[in-house]
Amino acid sequence: MKKVIMGNHALSYGAMLARSQVIAAYPITPQTQVVELLSEMCADGTLDAKFIKVESEHSAMAACLGASLAGARTFTATSAQGLALMHELLHWASGGRLPVVMGNINRAMAPGWSIWADQNDSLSQRDTGWIQFYCASNQEVLDTVLQAFKVSEKLLIPSMVVLDAFTLSHTYEVVDIPDQALVDGFLPRFAPPYKLTPADPHAFFGLTAPEHYFELRYKLQKDMEKVPDLVEETGRDYERIFGRHLGLVDAYMCDDAEFLFLTSGAAGSTARVAVDELRAEGVKAGNFRIILFRPFPFALIRKALKKAKKVAVLDRNLSYGHHGIFYQEVKSALYGQDGMPPVFGYVAGLGGRDITPGDFKEIYRSASSKDRPDEEIGWIGVKR
Amino acid sequence: MIRKKDVKKIVFASEKEMPVTAMSLGSMLYNKTGAWRNIRPEVDRSKCIQCGICWKFCPDASIDIVDNWPAVDYVYCKGCGICAEECPTKCIVMVEEEK
Repeated sequence: MKKVIMGNHALSYGAMLARSQVIAAYPITPQTQVVELLSEMCADGTLDAKFIKVESEHSAMAACLGASLAGARTFTATSAQGLALMHELLHWASGGRLPVVMGNINRAMAPGWSIWADQNDSLSQRDTGWIQFYCASNQEVLDTVLQAFKVSEKLLIPSMVVLDAFTLSHTYEVVDIPDQALVDGFLPRFAPPYKLTPADPHAFFGLTAPEHYFELRYKLQKDMEKVPDLVEETGRDYERIFGRHLGLVDAYMCDDAEFLFLTSGAAGSTARVAVDELRAEGVKAGNFRIILFRPFPFALIRKALKKAKKVAVLDRNLSYGHHGIFYQEVKSALYGQDGMPPVFGYVAGLGGRDITPGDFKEIYRSASSKDRPDEEIGWIGVKR
Repeated sequence: MIRKKDVKKIVFASEKEMPVTAMSLGSMLYNKTGAWRNIRPEVDRSKCIQCGICWKFCPDASIDIVDNWPAVDYVYCKGCGICAEECPTKCIVMVEEEK
């Protein structure tokens, strides 16, 4: 059934269709409607789940971890300061191998207070051991929630489904809401290999001496490395059932592209418009949008970028004292590889400033005027 | 009531034999936290009403109920005093350890 819904409700419908059993969340702009709708669904019986109201995001994630350890499929959502407050528990989720799925609405970090989009909130959680998906449409948000549960539960690693504040969270789009029976076929009930139960008591997450901790972390990394293939596999299954492919990346006009934009999130949709306009001017442009950021799809990126003559990375984020974060990551993927094109880094849209097709054309003009980047950060739209 | 499992100190030779997360690694068999204690809870049975609140509140599962009476496991009790604080009849008092 097709519905016109906001990105936030695409998360809610995803969590509902996944038959989430426990939802613990604390409201924060611009995430609030996600859990508002889920709490209504729990209250009116649409969703047979326990909705736990808590006093903070730290407690929200703590409640999710307890529920997940007891074997429940568990969902939550947050944004910016809320995500930052959860930080400690994000490590507990991944280290505890608890496959919680969380929506995060990309919102700029305060101060000054901002409710608008940028990616520094979720990228600050880069090293917590969570899988991270960056979405570019409301449909992709809903589909990715279902895929995230499947991938997370198979490998016992939590997932974050990330969408831009307002550009997606509050913008209404047509979304195909899949049939529940088909979703049930794609995503069976969560059946963890172990759980917290009186029938089989265990001590969980206790003191772990140096003789064992290292191996547990090794195992987490080894399972993380299985994520890209599993995302491809579940994406193909998803396409077979629902007609929409879900991949690690979304390559638009990349096959013959000489100039590649490398993007993530909703700015990736804007880049497509710029690619069309540049193509009309005779420029062989393409847009390579990264969906899976953690684990980083090294192989796919190396393969795709090798074919281009120039690559321009757009970052709606900044690692202060370093560069745009996707730019760093892409450079790290290409280092030491033969025959790679020069990579230019651009930062735009911090704190919700619009990123327009014109900005992408400015990036194209800037990068095409030089053989190699002469600065690590190309600033787009800063009034200076 | 479920019997406590017989857990031995476990040392894995390889990650392949290990659980995916820190689960029942038996670390408390050698990490005897009672050594940290400098005050110990003592139960005065003449005032105890067998309510089980101390058992419920102990954050380290160091109070068991044996024949309806609270029994402190001094091998693990760190002497935090929560049981004494929560006891409604104040039958638990914290006594200085003499070492």
